[in-house]
Amino acid sequence: MSATTMGTAASRAAVHKTSLHRQRLWALWGSYIALAVFVVIFLVPPFYTLITSLKSSAEISAQTGSPWLVKNPTFENFWYLLTYPNFQTYYINSVIVTILTVTVSMVISVLAAFSLSRMGFWGSHVLSTGVFLTYLIPPSLLFIPLFQIVGSIGLINSVWSLVLLYPTLAVPFCTWIMIGYFSSIPRELDEAALIDGASYLQILTKIFIPVAMPGIIAATIFAFTVAWGAFLYPLAYLYTSNQMVLTVGIISDLIRGDVFQWGKIMAACLLASLPPIVIYAFLMDYYVAGLTAGATKG
Amino acid sequence: MEGWDGMADGSAAAIGMAAPLSGEKSPATSMRRLARRKSTIAFVMCLPLILLIVGFVIYPAFYALWLSMLNKKMTTFVGLGNFAFLLKRHTFQLVIFQSCLFAVTAVVLKAFIGIILAHLMHNIPGTNQKIWRGLLLVPWVIPLALSTLTWWWMFDPSYSAFNWILNQFGFENVPWLGVGGIARACTIAVNVWFGTPFFMIMYLAALKSVPEQLYEAAAIDGAGAMQKLFFVTLPMMRNIIAITVLFSLIVTFAEFDIVRILTAGGPQDMTHVFATYAFQVGIQSGDIPLGAGVSLFMFPILAVSAFFVLRGVTQRTKDIAA
Repeated sequence: MSATTMGTAASRAAVHKTSLHRQRLWALWGSYIALAVFVVIFLVPPFYTLITSLKSSAEISAQTGSPWLVKNPTFENFWYLLTYPNFQTYYINSVIVTILTVTVSMVISVLAAFSLSRMGFWGSHVLSTGVFLTYLIPPSLLFIPLFQIVGSIGLINSVWSLVLLYPTLAVPFCTWIMIGYFSSIPRELDEAALIDGASYLQILTKIFIPVAMPGIIAATIFAFTVAWGAFLYPLAYLYTSNQMVLTVGIISDLIRGDVFQWGKIMAACLLASLPPIVIYAFLMDYYVAGLTAGATKG
Repeated sequence: MEGWDGMADGSAAAIGMAAPLSGEKSPATSMRRLARRKSTIAFVMCLPLILLIVGFVIYPAFYALWLSMLNKKMTTFVGLGNFAFLLKRHTFQLVIFQSCLFAVTAVVLKAFIGIILAHLMHNIPGTNQKIWRGLLLVPWVIPLALSTLTWWWMFDPSYSAFNWILNQFGFENVPWLGVGGIARACTIAVNVWFGTPFFMIMYLAALKSVPEQLYEAAAIDGAGAMQKLFFVTLPMMRNIIAITVLFSLIVTFAEFDIVRILTAGGPQDMTHVFATYAFQVGIQSGDIPLGAGVSLFMFPILAVSAFFVLRGVTQRTKDIAA
């Protein structure tokens, strides 16, 4: 009697378990299939960029056959760009502007975040809030008065105007996430260092920066993304090709009137997207962690 | 480094001189001096940030206000004349309508698709999840100005890649960017393509932070998948959803790159948003005051969104601290 009840109970549990298992499996495979569909849709533009960049100008202007396939793959577009002086200038300008912006932004935001999260002064809470609010200001709100300001200090059509202005876009968010990371470091650590006679700068360089390295990487990537991809400021403030950066250079240089050299444009896009893609491929986890920490940790 | 220490010492000494010479060093005053020195160093460390914000955010904001009240040649003060002129203009009324349409539609779609993607992603175990997440983040990694060029090429009137597919299925060519309504839909589609990954990773992080016990408790109470979604997941994620949506609303409302590259506001100003219209009026046509005025129209909605984002974030910080 008891044996039979135990038997049915066990079999019922087994049935329940397998049905649950099957349900999970279905959910898993369903998710994979749905995600695959989304991935295909989302990757159409990058794929098409690659396909077009491998086509010769003749093949594009012939306009026959499927645009989604390439008949005679060629690297002539890439070769043209790599030996094209203007494109080299844009690339070098982008690299210089980005490196300077990232360096300046990180120095400013690490110092400020350390001060705001650990030391504090009269009004530092207001400043923290202000930093967050500044992060919410989009570049398109103030680009016209900044145009006048840039003009009045003689930096119109100079790549240095970008070095001056890009930090305003990067610093607020970098400071914000660095405050989050610094605040999560236990206070005992810096108290112990203070007792041992360390100065604040030593605490920052010897304890905080090493411990908050993931945050610093995330903030650096953010500053890099902003400086590399910004479009409005360079479009508004630069107009000769020796001063342009990649985002505006490609558009203004390879599109002349109604002549679109699409093969070259797409190859240029690919070359210009390469640094961000490489960086994200290796450091994606840091960036995602930093970004989500900004909102989930507060 | 030494220079820094020297500067800090110098400022501390300056403060010490300003204070009356107290003779004996009682522990209380030395503590106070230490605290004051600390806050001085703290202020000095923040100084670059303060200068940056004051010089390139606060000053330009007030300067924009002043600019927007001048005439085109910037010689006479016209008060609110520019704003009145803009509001009466049909093109500008279109711009207001289109900016709102663009932002609201795009954000709703991004939030919706983002939440679906996050849930799908959440079902997938650890290591695979990273690969899939990486693939879906690609649109967001490529600089927007560059990927929009590809979209433009795919919408090309003479050799559109999309039209080719439509032709294969026997449909007519669609003038993607040539007709107002379709062009609007195209700009929104590109924005959704670009912005959805951001929502996905925000929601995915939020999903991971929902404690597993809640789902177990719900399962014991007999809740189905839908009930778990509506009574456990969504309430737990409410704050993150709100913050992300409002934040995206700000960014999308101020969008420039996509509209500028795809349509430059055309056809017949049917796709202009605030940023592109401000650019056209202020930089291209050289009417700086009017352009500044157009930009400033964004301010009220940005300020309201910013207020609620800030409230959400502080609320959430308190929740986590509690």
